[in-house]
Amino acid sequence: METFKIILLLMLIGCAICVSLTKRLLTAVIIFMCYSLIMAVVWILLESPDLGITEAAVGAGVSGILLLVTLKKINKTETDSEESEEEQKKKAGDGDETR
Amino acid sequence: MKLDKERFNAWLNDDPDRLNGMEEMAEIPYPPRERIKEKRQELQERIDAQPVGQISFLSRKFWQRVYSVFAVICCAVMTVVLLSTVAELPRFGEYRDTINELTERYIVSGLKETGAVNIVAGIILDYRAFDTLGESFVLFCALNCVLILLRIDSSDDVRHHELYFNLAHDDILRKSALFSIPIVFVYGIYVLLNGHLSPGGGFSGGAVIGAGIILLSIAYGERASGALISEKVFKTVCCCALAFYGVAKSYSFFTGANHLHSIIKPGTPGEILSGGLILPLNIAVGMVVACTIYGMYRMFKKGRF
Amino acid sequence: MKGLLANYEEAAAIILFCIGFSTLLFHRNMLKKIIGLNIMDTGLYLFLASMGYIDGARAPILTDVNAINMADYINPVPSALVLTGIVVSVSVTAITLSLTVRLYSKYRTLNLDEIYAIARRTEKEEF
Repeated sequence: METFKIILLLMLIGCAICVSLTKRLLTAVIIFMCYSLIMAVVWILLESPDLGITEAAVGAGVSGILLLVTLKKINKTETDSEESEEEQKKKAGDGDETR
Repeated sequence: MKLDKERFNAWLNDDPDRLNGMEEMAEIPYPPRERIKEKRQELQERIDAQPVGQISFLSRKFWQRVYSVFAVICCAVMTVVLLSTVAELPRFGEYRDTINELTERYIVSGLKETGAVNIVAGIILDYRAFDTLGESFVLFCALNCVLILLRIDSSDDVRHHELYFNLAHDDILRKSALFSIPIVFVYGIYVLLNGHLSPGGGFSGGAVIGAGIILLSIAYGERASGALISEKVFKTVCCCALAFYGVAKSYSFFTGANHLHSIIKPGTPGEILSGGLILPLNIAVGMVVACTIYGMYRMFKKGRF
Repeated sequence: MKGLLANYEEAAAIILFCIGFSTLLFHRNMLKKIIGLNIMDTGLYLFLASMGYIDGARAPILTDVNAINMADYINPVPSALVLTGIVVSVSVTAITLSLTVRLYSKYRTLNLDEIYAIARRTEKEEF
């Protein structure tokens, strides 16, 4: 059990460093969710099952969902602005032609 | 809508028509990374070209270097100090000094006084119940902040959002959600109701149920989850649960906070209807948490209910 | 060093805390900063919970109602405190994320340096 716990703690530290070093935000979010799941197992090994359940539901589930939806929203805003710029250009171009 | 079998055959034969119903999604261009990068670069060039404020370009670079040097020193010093403190601590697992009279009281007479087999539930919902009320209010306030920051009122924007986020036609997601949603809900309700007997309780159960509702909303569209929790239901449940929590705990304190004169008795330990006020309080907290989590997701995704 | 190896759990918690702190300091990206804050949180919780752990003790869920022995159970107080902390950290995450979304919709970037630069420039234009 001791070795298992040490392996889990090393994996936790590895996940944290990976989150810090990855370039892509999506990868960082997914690694963070894995980190929370490993954390839940560590709670169980520390004899606090209440914390384990809460961490699995809240840390891996809800925080991850919120981060992912934020990423999606940011990508969407990007497309929106591009579209609207193109539309504006189109409209401006049309206006020029009619003149 | 085609029959499932036909769609499966079409999928097997690699028929492009299997995207039936997903054309809407396909029409929307995915943001190409190169264009985003180009825009970034343009922005950076524009920023670099103009002298910003009173600080010149050179000194801005200089201050950035100073900042990073100080950050490295700060991190290193903090790590060394904290680790040297940890090395001086008593050995892990043998630190019995944290067991003081407070802990002794909680463990030895916790069952007699609160009726909860799970001592952690007894602590957070009986001995420190006002702490938990404040915690629920923190969640509620967070939801209100999110509401203020992300709410969208114009109906035009809403239509655009719906188009982009529509995943409800994905077959794999639907079929897997069909099997997992009931399990998630049953597990959440189990954790919620058995909070005083086994690990779990209001927060974890509520979070599981909220995650289940989010899954329902992703797989079957907003209409399905909206039928479960509409804006009106959401408001009513949040306010009623918080008010019930406050009233129930006030009653407990009014009768002396020791359950001696309360009409609600702790009951037989180990049964589901035991633990005095802990079970109703767990249900109230769970409802608040589930609604809050779903509300946050909805605000982030759509900007309105 | 010997003390660190003996207290490996607390040492791991402190290392996690410091990794989160350095993520918070070094990254200019808002989302990375938020994830770093969460890692800091969990490191702190791990430290708290490991202080309450006792070798050979069980979770504080009573099995035998008639014979309650103090030495059989771990300290339940850190668990109760950390449970509160986890929920509060979710609220903090939600608020910071919504602020990030607002910042992005105004400045079109997640980089704090660029946000500062654009804000300074626009202020200069206004006044």
